[in-house]
Amino acid sequence: MSEFMGFFDALFSPDFPFVRNAFFAGVLSSVLFGVLGSVVTVKRIAGLAGAISHAVLGGIGISLYLSATGMVPNLSPMVGAIVFALLSALIIGTVSLKSKQREDTVIQAIWAIGMSIGVLFMAKTPGYTDPSSYLFGNILLISTQDLVLLFALDVVVILLAWYFYPQIEATSFDEEFSQVRGIPTRLVFLVILAITAVAVVLLQTFVGIVMVIAMLTLPAGTAGFGAKNLVAMMVGSTLFALLFSFAGLVSGWVLDLPVGAMVVVIAGAFFLGRSVGHLIKMRRSR
Amino acid sequence: MNVPIVLHFHDVSFSYPHLMVLEEVGFHVHEGEFIALVGPNGSGKTTLLKLILGLEQPKSGSIELLGQNPSKARVQIGYVPQHASYDPSFPISVLEVVRMGMVEARGRQPKEKLRQLALEALHQVELASLADRPYSDLSGGQRRRVLVARALASKPNMLILDEPAANMDKESEQRLYETLAKLKGKTTVLIVTHDMKRVSALTDRVFCIDAHKEGKVGRTVVQHMLEEEPDDGVKRILHDVEIPADQCRYPQEAGNE
Repeated sequence: MSEFMGFFDALFSPDFPFVRNAFFAGVLSSVLFGVLGSVVTVKRIAGLAGAISHAVLGGIGISLYLSATGMVPNLSPMVGAIVFALLSALIIGTVSLKSKQREDTVIQAIWAIGMSIGVLFMAKTPGYTDPSSYLFGNILLISTQDLVLLFALDVVVILLAWYFYPQIEATSFDEEFSQVRGIPTRLVFLVILAITAVAVVLLQTFVGIVMVIAMLTLPAGTAGFGAKNLVAMMVGSTLFALLFSFAGLVSGWVLDLPVGAMVVVIAGAFFLGRSVGHLIKMRRSR
Repeated sequence: MNVPIVLHFHDVSFSYPHLMVLEEVGFHVHEGEFIALVGPNGSGKTTLLKLILGLEQPKSGSIELLGQNPSKARVQIGYVPQHASYDPSFPISVLEVVRMGMVEARGRQPKEKLRQLALEALHQVELASLADRPYSDLSGGQRRRVLVARALASKPNMLILDEPAANMDKESEQRLYETLAKLKGKTTVLIVTHDMKRVSALTDRVFCIDAHKEGKVGRTVVQHMLEEEPDDGVKRILHDVEIPADQCRYPQEAGNE
């Protein structure tokens, strides 16, 4: 109990700014997980988002190498990550649109090649670089600058989701009909992939590359069981993401365990619980 | 009688890489006509539909839809797809599906106006009482009628239905055709179906996509005679009586190209 209260003391204490930053990161990233996660879930592109989130390790590895060897001094890993994220989104998106039968192979290839490039460059980077720190992230290392970026992306995503909601809903529900209605469905798809790619880069700082994909799907999947429409799914998903983030942060602090992993384990347990509940309900109603 | 042509295929051919699908297809449809386009599975019906909607471009020849290129005119079409890849876990209400029928390329429209128009369209298919129900709660037949309402919501000049009665029970099919009967003469209706034997009694003309012109690989569209007297709400297709594809009730229009 004392550890539990200790978390709240740390949250409001000026001596622990990283705990407060972690809390705000949880709040801000929940919006992205909620809104984008719902779109990713209903458009059934979680596999694509998974490949993009893992491919960014290639960009991180190259940036670290270029920076540490002095070829491009002070190059932030985020720059390489964003370049790789957008590049992989473009390749996967194009293949998905032009050659559906090759989509699966290309997704797996981008996933594996991106990660391997990252590991190779990190191995040749002077000094010690641990790839797992990028794979699993550390929310307690979030800076104020990261928070500003997260906030800016939140605003952009909310505005785009509000303005283009009818088109997002229509293309996700029935792409062929949307095309007939004159919606540029391919452009909508590529823009969603690109925004997801940029969000993945920022969010991987919070829960890490491996777990971004889980948080993009689990809160949305949990909210999807009771949601009446896509906007309700987005709101519900944001609230679930907030709940999971906060619960992960507190339990990680209390039990002295990695926060990112705790967030996903809690989210996964909730999702499985609701899935079982939904199945039981369906069987009873038959 | 001056009845405009709303759909005109001029000697259209289409092929996918290494596969010639359609060759020398020529036919036309007048405003207000009720047309059936029939063909066995794999004959090229879906391709023809995509050409009409401007989702594919002909290899040669040209298509006019409402006097324009199909890719420009298709927004004026009420399209009822098969929607075979429907995801039952998609959270959406019946009203929201119908409202989608008025979605534009970008931006939002006044919510209340859309609601009213969507409710009107649901009244037309006699499903207004289900407006707030989740779409996934409906039976297959009801869902198809909701898609008809979605197509009607934008008050289209022409309605195109892809296999509307597929997997439908008899009662739903009957209700669907009751709705279409109310539209007959006011809205041009084109139904695509794989039933080669009979079509709805509402049908004015039937086009079959199951023949090859001599020396050609791709299929073409031919017009067949329909039984004069309907039997139990359907007309038999008389496959042994072929009539020229451009022959219609309005000969002066047909020649007016």
